[in-house]
Amino acid sequence: MLKKDLGLLTLIIVVGAVVAIINPRFLSPINIANTANLVGLFGIFAIGQGFVIITGGIDLSVGSIIALLGVIFIDLIANHEVWWPLAAVLVLGLGVVMGLVHGLLITRLKLQPFVVTLCGLLIYRGIARFYTKDATAGFPFGVNFPDLEWITTGRTDIVSLITGGTVQSIPIPHAFFIMLVIAVIMWFVLHRSVFGRYLYAVGKNEEAARYSGIRTTQVIIAAYVISATLAALSAIFFAMYTRSILPSGHGNFYELYAIAAAVLGGFSLRGGEGSIVGVVLGTVLLQVLQNLVNLLGIPSSLNFAVMGTVILIGVIADQQFQVHRQRAAARKGRQNSPGKSVAEAAG
Amino acid sequence: MTMSATAAAGASASAEPFLRLSGLRKTYPGVLALADFSMEVRPGEVIGLVGENGAGKSTLMKILGGVIEPDHGTITIDGVAHPSLSVAQSMAAGIAFVHQELNLFDNLDVAANVYMGREPRKLGFLKLVDDDKLHKAVQPLLDRLGATFSPGTQVSRLSLAQQQIVEIAKALSLRSRLVILDEPTSSLPIAETEKLLEVIAGLKAHGISVIFISHRLHEVVQASDRVIVLRDGNLVGTLEGDDINHDTMVRLMVGRDLKVDYVSPARTDGAVVLSIRKVRTSTYPDHEIDLDLRAGEILGLAGLVGAGRTELARVLFGIDRPAAGSGSVVLDGREVHFATSSAAVEAGVFLVPEDRKGAGLLLDFPIAQNITLPNLHAYARRRLVSRDAEFARAERSRVELDIRAPDVGQRTSALSGGNQQKVVLAKWLAMQPRAIIFDEPTRGIDVGAKAEIYRLMRALSDAGVAVLMISSDMEEVIGVSDRVAVMHEGHIQGTLDRAQCSEENILRLAVGRSI
Repeated sequence: MLKKDLGLLTLIIVVGAVVAIINPRFLSPINIANTANLVGLFGIFAIGQGFVIITGGIDLSVGSIIALLGVIFIDLIANHEVWWPLAAVLVLGLGVVMGLVHGLLITRLKLQPFVVTLCGLLIYRGIARFYTKDATAGFPFGVNFPDLEWITTGRTDIVSLITGGTVQSIPIPHAFFIMLVIAVIMWFVLHRSVFGRYLYAVGKNEEAARYSGIRTTQVIIAAYVISATLAALSAIFFAMYTRSILPSGHGNFYELYAIAAAVLGGFSLRGGEGSIVGVVLGTVLLQVLQNLVNLLGIPSSLNFAVMGTVILIGVIADQQFQVHRQRAAARKGRQNSPGKSVAEAAG
Repeated sequence: MTMSATAAAGASASAEPFLRLSGLRKTYPGVLALADFSMEVRPGEVIGLVGENGAGKSTLMKILGGVIEPDHGTITIDGVAHPSLSVAQSMAAGIAFVHQELNLFDNLDVAANVYMGREPRKLGFLKLVDDDKLHKAVQPLLDRLGATFSPGTQVSRLSLAQQQIVEIAKALSLRSRLVILDEPTSSLPIAETEKLLEVIAGLKAHGISVIFISHRLHEVVQASDRVIVLRDGNLVGTLEGDDINHDTMVRLMVGRDLKVDYVSPARTDGAVVLSIRKVRTSTYPDHEIDLDLRAGEILGLAGLVGAGRTELARVLFGIDRPAAGSGSVVLDGREVHFATSSAAVEAGVFLVPEDRKGAGLLLDFPIAQNITLPNLHAYARRRLVSRDAEFARAERSRVELDIRAPDVGQRTSALSGGNQQKVVLAKWLAMQPRAIIFDEPTRGIDVGAKAEIYRLMRALSDAGVAVLMISSDMEEVIGVSDRVAVMHEGHIQGTLDRAQCSEENILRLAVGRSI
């Protein structure tokens, strides 16, 4: 765990403690479970966004992908009676294709990521609304998918499961588990794999990465595919969570939640910096803040303002800490190896 | 050159010094960066300042620029003594810097750059830029420097030497009396260097003093009236007249007689490793390049900047696509087409790029991660990188190449230029090279590290690797190469063997004539 992540964790605990003192309901099992569920839902695509941001890019299309693929998924299983695992595979496949298109446009045609994914945001949202004729997509009365619902919206009390029901604890939403599994896999991918190293290299300095024989276009395309695919996965989860989708509003601003989570988690929008732990903690903090607005009776219209303020404060604090740390490091470096650092300074 | 030098030397002898440094001393915790340094600058004097990296040149320049304060000593300007200068005082005294890395806005025109931040205004509170007045003010400065471009030229369309002239024009516009040129020629090819030396002579003729910092000693010999040699913060010698020569400077700089033993018997009888047949680059699509790289030889590639040498290297390494109708590249008898750099790397064709900091290295990465980057799969099992394997390899490279760093986990940006270049080399030496292209391998690197890099190049060629060395440094081209190919406007104008290899012959070919 990086120092940055520790700082963020401390912030979450402090904010959580304050909220819990003012309103003890914050720590009630049902509130914790609900917040964990939202952390799971948002965390899945925020991790994907993190991969794109590490390459120095951005994916603005996430919210619209969640709307469009959510609408398609519900339509497939509810109205066309497609076997749901097949529908899920189809939707994930569509996510892969979308990411591939984004990546190809960005690398082959050298378009800017912001522009490409902004167009994606507009196009997918438009198609989603056209697809349902701007009506709400939902399940007809009496249509149920027990397996799918168990996976996506179910909750399991682990402690109770292990002890055979003698000890009860909080039932944890499955969305949160799945997000954790994805986070662990992606942690290895980003922080331990060859591909992860390439991502950092490309994000830090694409030119230098290319001069080291890295296929930079493939690395960048892969990042967009990961982002869109994880967005497609969360589209399924969101569809099952809300059970009805108003295509004009579903998933609005979700890309910004993901970007905010990444920035809070220590990602640099210039690329080359960030960690999985960071983006997950960033998502947690955002959901705790949402929760805070609800529990403290703050008008929900102030929701975005509270989030914006906290992000701003967090980023400023981080910046100051970093300046401080660099100065301290410089001082320490000079004491440890005076010859070295000064010879360079003077050289 | 010699005529103007003697004329101005006569003038400067009579003039009183306007800047006098005495007893300057600067220490950093544990290190003496500058020890009791004294010097005088007279109007119209060209002073060469040489020394290895870390000798104290930068410290001295920072004191003159008002960036740092000396611990002791005085700086006397026009008879007024100061314990230290502020940046504003330095500017007011007429001291101007032209840094190695140019600080120009290449999206703006020449005039806008010269008067950046001091634009003449019009229409009162609207503060519009008065372009007419601006261009009229800049034109005479350019005339004085013999520039062939106009104030309205976009900076991005200028060559490096021309951009330096813009920087010098900026210095002139500030009515500078002393222009400090920090490594001005390190990125310039021969002909442009000549041009810059003429500009220096012009400044001198106008009574402007110049401090000329360079690692390219023969230019220091040509340009300077007086040469100051620094070593480990100490002034180890002031040379004048005939004492200004290459050997004396090197001896003083390194404190011993450094016989640069990179000259070894020419060998051109090896088998052809890499054969370039009728290759065209997109910069010069109408010209074909033919060149054979043999095992066991270092082939120098000389030419003016813009002759297409770097473009050829980029095509060979798979960074750029060749132009339509381009011929073929044959590696060890097999025709190869590198669509990407990774294909080139897999085939064992490597490039040490010209832009060390921007393209050669990831400065924010630790040394170890830079070294293993091109071949990361070799240190990974099931696609997961083994840090132990990676660090072990990097540690071996550190020892083999004598990379001066406490450990390989250190950020590469903390290393000196020479050690950074060794890291770039270590990347490729950790693999199996068949051919390595060095593009300006020793630019901005001090004498000691230079010799080590030449030794490594020689060791590679001895091991049967084909070595192509692109260089604009005459000494290096002549001293290191077994054979020299000279490029002119996108094609090989001629190839010289050891016997024919002279500065004059290379220059003739570089400007498009024959020998």
